[in-house]
Amino acid sequence: MANFLETIYTVWLRETIRFLKSKSRIVGSGGQPFIWLAIAGVGFSSAFVLSGGVSYLTFMAPGIIGMTLLFSSIFSGVNVIWDRQFGFLKEMLIAPVSRVGIVLGKIAGSATVSLITAVVILVVEVIFNILPFSDLSVIGLMEAVAFMLLIPCAFVSIGLIIASTVDNVEGFQVIINFLVMPLFFLSGALFPLTNAPEWMKFVSAIDPLRYGVDGMRGALIGVSAYPVYMDLLVVLASAVVLVLIADFAFNRIEGK
Amino acid sequence: MEDFTGKYSIIANALSRRFGNFTAVDKVSFKVKEGEIFGLLGPNGAGKTTTISMLSTIIGITSGSATINGKDVGKEKDAVRKLIGIVFQDPSLDDELTGMENLDFHARLYGVKGKEKKDAIAKVLKLVELEDKANKQVKTYSGGMKRRLEIARGFIHNPKVLFLDEPTIGLDPQTRRKIWDYVQKLNKETKLTIMLTTHYIEEADELCSRVAIIDHGRIIKLDTPERLKDSLGGDIIRIGSDAPGRLAELIRKGKFTVSVKERGDSIEVTTKNGSEAIPKIIGIAQKAGIEVAYTTLKRPTLEDVFISLTGKEIREEGASDTDQLKRNFRFRGRR
Ligand SMILES: Nc1ncnc2c1ncn2[C@@H]1O[C@H](COP(=O)(O)OP(=O)(O)OP(=O)(O)O)[C@@H](O)[C@H]1O
Ligand SMILES: [Mg+2]
Repeated sequence: MANFLETIYTVWLRETIRFLKSKSRIVGSGGQPFIWLAIAGVGFSSAFVLSGGVSYLTFMAPGIIGMTLLFSSIFSGVNVIWDRQFGFLKEMLIAPVSRVGIVLGKIAGSATVSLITAVVILVVEVIFNILPFSDLSVIGLMEAVAFMLLIPCAFVSIGLIIASTVDNVEGFQVIINFLVMPLFFLSGALFPLTNAPEWMKFVSAIDPLRYGVDGMRGALIGVSAYPVYMDLLVVLASAVVLVLIADFAFNRIEGK
Repeated sequence: MEDFTGKYSIIANALSRRFGNFTAVDKVSFKVKEGEIFGLLGPNGAGKTTTISMLSTIIGITSGSATINGKDVGKEKDAVRKLIGIVFQDPSLDDELTGMENLDFHARLYGVKGKEKKDAIAKVLKLVELEDKANKQVKTYSGGMKRRLEIARGFIHNPKVLFLDEPTIGLDPQTRRKIWDYVQKLNKETKLTIMLTTHYIEEADELCSRVAIIDHGRIIKLDTPERLKDSLGGDIIRIGSDAPGRLAELIRKGKFTVSVKERGDSIEVTTKNGSEAIPKIIGIAQKAGIEVAYTTLKRPTLEDVFISLTGKEIREEGASDTDQLKRNFRFRGRR
């Protein structure tokens, strides 16, 4: 019987192999953020005037990274549903290994994919000077990478929770689409929430991505609403809670 | 039950499973001896897969209990999972991965490592003759190749008890024969206990040391294939004639038969010695001026046992067709 780490590694390995084999997923997850950056950045930049001399594109750059992390991770829960329809889920559930290991392996697999995509986007943003090189620091980059790891852990978990309770792809997509838009728009990834109505600010306060985006802004361009370590703690706490709930939900799945 | 002092690998005790209000498996009890090949034979929907799913910890038990080598399937799931291997009825491969990657995944999860892993994978690939396909993506395999790969996977980690749910469904006769040979060899050489479900009569007859006949979630008879067939009382003769009712009456009077049944315009006679009975029957018919259109003689099969117990056929051919459809549909349903 495989030990805990081997289980995580085995499940992670499979997720990664699958991703690398799927060219459409690679192109899709890498291409989408740039389209947003191009359209939204150019389109909105005239609509917002930001204080502090930060250009709108620069303001948006960490937001786009946050968006990529959100989209690529939360939708990856669909893999569990495919696994169930393919029957492969049974192969995993019947193995004499800890289910936590399987859940963590799945989360690690999707999070790796999200992290890699996010790093690619970060590099491109720096190359095109959307993120000014002069603003970057080693500490800042390390903080950003920490967010890039923790944010997917939170959202892959949400995807897993939904996938454990819904057994068809359509249902999953409906629910996720319903969740993903508010999570995205209320995160402050695209526009600052300083002038938003109170109710919106309130809802936004329970959106983990808000702290993720804010933290990455602090880490990468030195502008943030809260101290970076606070953001990091909030994201860490939400990731831990969501991983635990995902584990609970996954444990209730029967193999049939 | 005969005297048996050895160990039991599987003990099921009034095992039941309900889905909503529907009882799929209804207080099933049986014991599988260590090292035997035990068969569950029954038509579609009889509850075979549900029984195996409970024994292999895939689904929960509604009531009753079961143990595998003494480990409780409800309470000691991990211990049970370590002991067993299973080949599911429905496809359970990752189509995007290669055959090798599928086997590697399985080996890793079961803690088979290093050289042991390499050897085990090479061995099972050779068995199912997929060596040259091993590095191709599974989605490029034919249905039969996928089945062979799944069977190979079930053996990798040297289980103590192996569950085979309709192992040879959708395979051509040669491959089926090969799998049977291997299952028998494995069973003999390693004393592996095997429980298989099937609705192929020959599969149950050829492979199993004992067969439980299951219908509507209940085991209606359990014995060796030989004794099940003997229980019918001998050979079965079918006689076509223009006056089946009258002829049946006359044969009954002859008192050399175990049973005489009318089935439409033919008669079914069960008797100890079929080849001697046919001339007698023809003699009786001639004397009475009844025309005999044909006679057939056969040794009873497990199908006949099933018919005599339930009044219906297992419908081997039709069943395998729908199963094939089901599999194809599932293959297509992905993506
Ligand atoms: N998840 C489920 N929910 C509801 N009913 C189910 C479920 N699984 C099985 N059943 C029902 O339980 C009964 C037994 O099913 P099972 O799959 O065990 O049959 P089987 O003997 O394996 O048949 P087959 O030869 O077709 O594989 C069937 O009537 C089936 O419809
Ligand atoms: Mg079945």
